[in-house]
Amino acid sequence: MALDVRQAAPAHARQRPRREITTAFVVSRIAVLAVAAAILLYAAPPLAATGSWVALGLLCAVSAGIAYLYLTRRFIPAKYLIPGTVFLVAFQVFPVVYTLTTAFTNFGDGHRGDKAAAITAIETGSVRQAPGSPEYTLSAALRGDELVFLLVDPATKRVSLGAADGLTPLAGAQVGVTGKVLSAPGLTVLKAPEAAARGPEITALAVPTADGVIKANGLSRAVEGKAGLRYDAACDCVRGDGGTWTADESQGYFVNAKGEHLAQGWQVNVGLDNFARVLTNPTISGYFAGVLGWNLVFALASVLGCFALGMGVALALHHPRMRGTKVYRIVLILPYAMPAFAMLLVWRDLFNRDFGLINQLLGAEIDWLGQTGTARLGVILVNIWLGFPYMFLVTTGALQAIPRELTEAASIDGATPFKAFRRVTLPLLLVALTPLLISAFAFNFNNYNAIALTTDGGPFPADSPQVGGTDLLITYTFRLAFGAGGAQFGFAAAISVFIFAIVAVISAVAFRRTRKQEEVYA
Amino acid sequence: MRMRALGVATLATLAFAATACGSSPSAAPAAGPQSGQPSASASAPAAGGGTLVIWADPLRVKPLQPFAQQFGTENGVTVEVKEISKDNQMTFLTASQQGSGPDIMIGAHDWIGNLVQNGAIDPVTLTEEQKASFSDKAIQAVTFNGQIYGAPYALENIALIRNTDLAPDAPATIEDMIAKGKELKAAGKVKEVLCLPVGQKGDAFHVYPIFASGGGALFGTTATGDPDPKQVLLGSADSVKAFGKLKELGEKGDGALRTSLTNENYIVNFAGGKCAYLVSGPWAISEVKKGGVKYDISPVPAFKDGKPATPFVGVQSFFVASKGKNKALAQEFVANYVTNKDVAKALYDADPRPPALTAALEEVKAGDPDAAKFLDAGKDGLPMPAIPEMAAIWEPFGIAENAVVKGGDAAKAAAAAQKAIDGSLKN
Repeated sequence: MALDVRQAAPAHARQRPRREITTAFVVSRIAVLAVAAAILLYAAPPLAATGSWVALGLLCAVSAGIAYLYLTRRFIPAKYLIPGTVFLVAFQVFPVVYTLTTAFTNFGDGHRGDKAAAITAIETGSVRQAPGSPEYTLSAALRGDELVFLLVDPATKRVSLGAADGLTPLAGAQVGVTGKVLSAPGLTVLKAPEAAARGPEITALAVPTADGVIKANGLSRAVEGKAGLRYDAACDCVRGDGGTWTADESQGYFVNAKGEHLAQGWQVNVGLDNFARVLTNPTISGYFAGVLGWNLVFALASVLGCFALGMGVALALHHPRMRGTKVYRIVLILPYAMPAFAMLLVWRDLFNRDFGLINQLLGAEIDWLGQTGTARLGVILVNIWLGFPYMFLVTTGALQAIPRELTEAASIDGATPFKAFRRVTLPLLLVALTPLLISAFAFNFNNYNAIALTTDGGPFPADSPQVGGTDLLITYTFRLAFGAGGAQFGFAAAISVFIFAIVAVISAVAFRRTRKQEEVYA
Repeated sequence: MRMRALGVATLATLAFAATACGSSPSAAPAAGPQSGQPSASASAPAAGGGTLVIWADPLRVKPLQPFAQQFGTENGVTVEVKEISKDNQMTFLTASQQGSGPDIMIGAHDWIGNLVQNGAIDPVTLTEEQKASFSDKAIQAVTFNGQIYGAPYALENIALIRNTDLAPDAPATIEDMIAKGKELKAAGKVKEVLCLPVGQKGDAFHVYPIFASGGGALFGTTATGDPDPKQVLLGSADSVKAFGKLKELGEKGDGALRTSLTNENYIVNFAGGKCAYLVSGPWAISEVKKGGVKYDISPVPAFKDGKPATPFVGVQSFFVASKGKNKALAQEFVANYVTNKDVAKALYDADPRPPALTAALEEVKAGDPDAAKFLDAGKDGLPMPAIPEMAAIWEPFGIAENAVVKGGDAAKAAAAAQKAIDGSLKN
């Protein structure tokens, strides 16, 4: 049986017409393989250097897979699917998974690194210069292959040799005017560039003394220091003059009996704490409903406002008797073509009560961004101004696809223009545009820039400085996560998960409704 | 055919992997493979010393360049000065953590608390002689937990800048200043009594001297005299009084503090002659000069019978990164090289903030009286608290300021700020 199959296979292959090998075919192959190889070559050395073998193995496996896929003639559909899939994994799946995993940690300021790094930082930060000790002038030298310090006490001009085993007086050294040692018997004194090349060794060398260590401070000075705090692995604690701080793995801090902690902490898994904090923190839960309500209003008003205005303009320009449409289109597209960042800042200044153009034109004294009602109206107006050209563009496109015969037929049937629009044009438009409206809603729901660059969440009522009148969930939680307590990435990630859930639910419901609508009209 | 393709693929991968892994040991010690910032200067073969990377804000890249080159030549290393223009502190922390940070960072001293709690910088050991060569205020500012964490090079604080055509004499008290400002406004000579930014979220930095003169305070002090994050005093009776004074100066009172004056327009207004008094720092001077206004600088005045109007003092410093690849060189550069007069002067020329080095300041004073006047205005100033908890103060303080300036109740605003801060500090 096996023999039969083996013989049958080549015969089968011979029957299939060989695909012609075109230049495009070869070039695309080479391009894909080259990119894969380049990524491998770029990423492999650092991974190997840090010993991330799992990641390196994964990288090699994926590269091998890609190389195989594009060298074989089989798996034609996969050849088209793989690049997209790789990008999907790299830019969508990985960030989402990373955000999710971060949400379970206390990653943030004070908890950025691991415990070892925190211990190093605590010990290094506690080193004080021993009182009354000399500030030595340092020259680095070699004793054979071993790096040693030549230390000159500037007060007494006495020269000592410092090595890993201790400090010994040195005779016969010649000291220059800068206080540095020029030469010493039996030693090779390093010149500045040579010493610089051995920088890490110089940093690492600690010369033990009676009650501390002498360490280099740069390349030309050394001081005797004493660490005030020392980590003791036996008790998993830090000891020092001020007491004992024991590691608390639930907080990622060294904590003493009084509950005070050392400044440097490390990243730990905090389980569902961040999620619990979102749900139980009174400053979040207390304002949540209000902020969510305004957030929905803002997103809906932005989308519907943009759509109504954009569609209105598109319909007007679509009218067969309209003249000069090109000029109008160029003018209308301007807000879309200008950078939104700059425009938002300009609008903010236009709304200024005393110096803004809007009040000057109106001759009014309205504190636009200083009162909740007007500030909300203001940000919605600005957002519509920024967003309607997009809706105008897509509606114009969709209108071209609707045959004029349909509206003509409707008018022959006796429909008024409004009725024809309401019953014929609009439903057909909506079939094409609803997905865009939903995505615009999702975008505006999280439109951080529109708020942060105009009102920055304000105006703030005097009695609650944490949540402003125009705060969206995203600006409000950004302030909570990155404002007061420094950067709290873990907490921010937990909040993003919640916001994602809200937007996902709304979008899913909306898409479901769209599908029903499509079934009716399509 | 399938087998052959598979074989070729495997071979190719093995070859990639072999070259990749083979090259890593030789590449690693040179500049650090994770630095991920290939540049022409880094790849140039230095005399075995490697690379020293300095991150600076855009204003300071150019003036540092020649000194960096000189230091590089003396020590046989390549020194790169890289420009970081946005979110410098956060960028530095993230890059440090990830292993692609610099050896030396330049920034404001009030970052120190946060940088230390993240283990991102090392203490800098200055000799007694070096310490004595800086102004006391500068050394006080860069000292955190009893350790010096940076080499200071410039001081900055706000002062009162006045248009000498409109207001020839420096006001002795806030009341005098307001009276004069109102008089000028009534006479139609100016549009605003005082140009001090408030904006829709308040501006704690600029209003602080007036707040302090009114008796307000942010933190209590610990036994060692450092600000104590466990004692937030924004809601204390004294601070409520100070907020009350801000209210009197605000829109429902004297109209000197106005929310429509923002960080974007307050200097322009002064430079355009629309107000006689400006509360700002050295960064305002170039624009004021451009506007052709004749000006003089004096300390921000205090309330009559009030406390001194102490501005915040910020100190620009060089920091040694804990996770730098070349710490010995970085320490050499920060502790022994940039603490010299020429570097301080070059940085001053690029951006006129008074040098922290007394000798450099003396030289600068001769050619530029403004520097000395700014420094004088800040001589009683409060070094901006460097504790990480300070981050929790700015916004609630600003919003409380905004509320009282609009005419809100001082006690309510102060209590709300206190509550918000206590909440985020978990006091």
